[in-house]
Amino acid sequence: MTTNYEIIIGLEVHLQLNTESKLFCGCSTKFGEEPNANTCPVCLGMPGTLPVINERAVEYALMACRATDCKINQYNKFDRKNYYYPDLPKGYQISQFDLPIGFDGAVTIETEDGYKDIGLTRIHLEEDAGKLIHAGSVADSDHSLVDFNRGGVPLIEIVSEPDLRTPAEAKAYLDALKQIMLYLGISDCNMEEGSLRCDANVSIRPEGQEEFGVKVEVKNMNSFKAVENALSYEVERQKKMLENGDVISQETRSWDDTSNKTVLMRGKEEADDYRYFPEPDLMPLEISDQWIKETDDNLPELPLAKKERFIEDYELPEYDAEVLTDDFKLANLFEETVGNYSNPKEVSNWLMGEFLKLLNEEGISPDESNITGNNLASLLKLIDDGTISSKIAKDVFEEMFNTGKEPEAIVEEKGLTQISDEDKLVEIINNILDENQDVVEEIQSGNERPVGFLVGQVMKETRGKANPQLANKLIREEVAKR
Amino acid sequence: MEIYEMNLRQLIEAREKGELTSEEIIDGFIDRMNNVEADVKGFVSRLENSSGAEIKEIGDLRGIPIAVKDNMATLDFPTSCSSKLLEGYTTPYEGTAVKKLKEAGAVIAGKTNMDEFAMGSSTENSGFMTSRNPWNLDHLPGGSSGGSAAVVAAGEVPAALGSDTGGSIRQPAAFSGLVGLKPTYGSVSRYGLVAFASSLDQIGPLTRNVKDAALMLNILAGKDQMDSTSADVEHPDYLAEIEQDISGFRFGVPKGYLELELHPDVKARVEEAIERIKENGGEVVEVELPPADQALAIYYIIAPAEASSNLARFDGVRYGQRLGDGDIEEMYQKTRNEGFGSEVKRRIMLGTYALSAGYQDELYKKALKVRTLIRDQYKAVFEEVDFIITPTCPTPAFKMGEERDPLETYLTDIFTVPANITGSPAISLPAGFSEDGLPVGVQLIGSAFSEKRLLQAANSLENILDIDNPVQL
Repeated sequence: MTTNYEIIIGLEVHLQLNTESKLFCGCSTKFGEEPNANTCPVCLGMPGTLPVINERAVEYALMACRATDCKINQYNKFDRKNYYYPDLPKGYQISQFDLPIGFDGAVTIETEDGYKDIGLTRIHLEEDAGKLIHAGSVADSDHSLVDFNRGGVPLIEIVSEPDLRTPAEAKAYLDALKQIMLYLGISDCNMEEGSLRCDANVSIRPEGQEEFGVKVEVKNMNSFKAVENALSYEVERQKKMLENGDVISQETRSWDDTSNKTVLMRGKEEADDYRYFPEPDLMPLEISDQWIKETDDNLPELPLAKKERFIEDYELPEYDAEVLTDDFKLANLFEETVGNYSNPKEVSNWLMGEFLKLLNEEGISPDESNITGNNLASLLKLIDDGTISSKIAKDVFEEMFNTGKEPEAIVEEKGLTQISDEDKLVEIINNILDENQDVVEEIQSGNERPVGFLVGQVMKETRGKANPQLANKLIREEVAKR
Repeated sequence: MEIYEMNLRQLIEAREKGELTSEEIIDGFIDRMNNVEADVKGFVSRLENSSGAEIKEIGDLRGIPIAVKDNMATLDFPTSCSSKLLEGYTTPYEGTAVKKLKEAGAVIAGKTNMDEFAMGSSTENSGFMTSRNPWNLDHLPGGSSGGSAAVVAAGEVPAALGSDTGGSIRQPAAFSGLVGLKPTYGSVSRYGLVAFASSLDQIGPLTRNVKDAALMLNILAGKDQMDSTSADVEHPDYLAEIEQDISGFRFGVPKGYLELELHPDVKARVEEAIERIKENGGEVVEVELPPADQALAIYYIIAPAEASSNLARFDGVRYGQRLGDGDIEEMYQKTRNEGFGSEVKRRIMLGTYALSAGYQDELYKKALKVRTLIRDQYKAVFEEVDFIITPTCPTPAFKMGEERDPLETYLTDIFTVPANITGSPAISLPAGFSEDGLPVGVQLIGSAFSEKRLLQAANSLENILDIDNPVQL
């Protein structure tokens, strides 16, 4: 008999806040600068320097807390987490220990069985460490260099409850979290640039067992896909161990992307004692009722609420609402367009179709193209009033996308106005019929399928400008006349 | 009167009257340094001639040399905290207190010797040398700001900056016959002060008299954007209205404090000071304070705990001495083991232990609770009296080379530590001499931000005691 196991996953996400300056000094947080260009005596922990809190970072952390329904410790403070590492200039990290800024929140994810709330244990503020660059591999390099550009950059650590039950749920949670943070505009959540980092705690237990299994920590996953893969691997590894009668030990493992395996980093016996104590160089953070209220009042509509509203207000299919609200910039463009044009489904089709296709090709985000709610609405109106065909409209759209010109101007400039002049079309059609006598006969014998071919020929002849519905009608009439 | 014998206000006055130029002042003091420094050993680095001095034409202190303890960041001299680990290290920035002195026209005369990383009460824990007490070269100037005290007492400078974590300004001031002021925690920016124990450290002046201390505080005090623990309060002119009659003040003598194990001369001088206050119409009452050794006990948990963390940055990675060329562990161990002296290592060990899992609750956290209780008790006492009066130290200056048990040495901080624990301002001023001719200090402690009245009271007590306290050597 095989045992069924229940999977227990909790995630710790480190998110870089996109403030202009660091958490405790005025240094820039810009990514990709020369090593150690963004440093000063304070973030290098030079003797005698002192940290001064960046209020914007607190504001952002507060937004993250309230957007995830966290309660706020109105009296919270910073603590020192003491450990030695060459990229940690002070020999301690300024973090928050027993009084994090937010606690007891939740993020709603969508699972196959519907919505599920994933609890958040806490959200706290802390400074990032620097980065070590080894000459060769860690094991055999003869020296290492330190880049402190990242040192002191503000992070929030978001710790989930062990509420995730499958690797797919873990990925859905990360997706939802990322989406919320992007909506808030407080982080760019870029895993490649390290602005979003994730560690996982994984354990399994036989179904029905109440106590948790031994927890293994998995680190160094550098994409959402890697998180899912690493968790799947780790779950399988643990299952096999239990089935073989082995004992799972509490340890930290690292995800290796090339071998697709988790490998042992360190065991529990090497666990650190961080000797946390209150940071004496900073005053406690006091967050007033007023500040919380202002934060709440200024929170943008969050992805899930927006999606529900799109379904409700615009009568969009759930799929459309999901795609449109996936990126708030896309959602904004949708709403701008709908403000000028009354067919939401048509707008949705254009955005989900042509627009996303072009964005993908260019590899840019919705606000980086030249499409605006105004010019898209104008384009759709040109189709509706028969000025241009839908097919031509796609070319116009691409031109708008690239140049930002108004659709009317493009149509005018390129002479793309649809031919709806019956006499002119009849003339063209008769020429085509003359050249395709066999097709005419086929239609006359009752097979209507080649009509499409003839329409195509008309479109080709007119370089797409013929009104296709009208051409279709006229072809039938002219064939019948022969 | 020689230039080097003049105090700050005398120098300023002579310059204002045109009797002295800034150049003459600086030259006078540099000559003095060149004459006596070999005996005093107060400086770890200093100006050797006036061509190295940048004399500004602005500010009260223009042309006046001020010495700075070696744990404050300066651009002109290395900042080594008198530790081998930081030997020769110059910070790439300047601390706020130093900057303010320069803005007031002062010339930084040099960096003064100290107990390594401000841990100790004798300067014997300096990684470089032991400073001498100008009153008697066989004796120590105290510590940890011993170098600062020695150079002021010897007339090498008219004033110096010290830092006080548990008495490190006041004790050497008392040993060297000077005035030492530890301002309220937060009234002088700590930016640029290499931290020993962040929640206790405070920069303050060592001067020849109380008025000079007030003058220095006028320059040093103020909110600093670079130090979030610096207080955003109005700082009055501490020198204006400093002349007040002692009869306007009420002093509290803590019950039992004078029955502690005190050197008889210390006891006698403090009792005399109390008598003189009474004779002159000042009020003296007995007050109830927590046992003196209680503050000391928690001090020796809190200070090392913070120190163990503050000193972690000295790991050989970025600056200072780096030893060991094997792996990183070896580098950390060798750098720290050979760079730090035994007192520093002892305190790092104590602090690491006090913060470690399993002991934090019974040591560190309990100490924080007791700290709150002590603060409350002091607050209550300051409802009854303006100031608390105590000896500054249980004994006059230690003799050089004397074997002293570390625990016994820690007890010398018994009267000074409470002001750091509570954040209160406190001042030590000369109360006379021992039979051996060594200075004895008396201490006044006030409530938070009561410096204006504290300096008034100290000034009036100084007037009453009228001690002849010339430059030594």
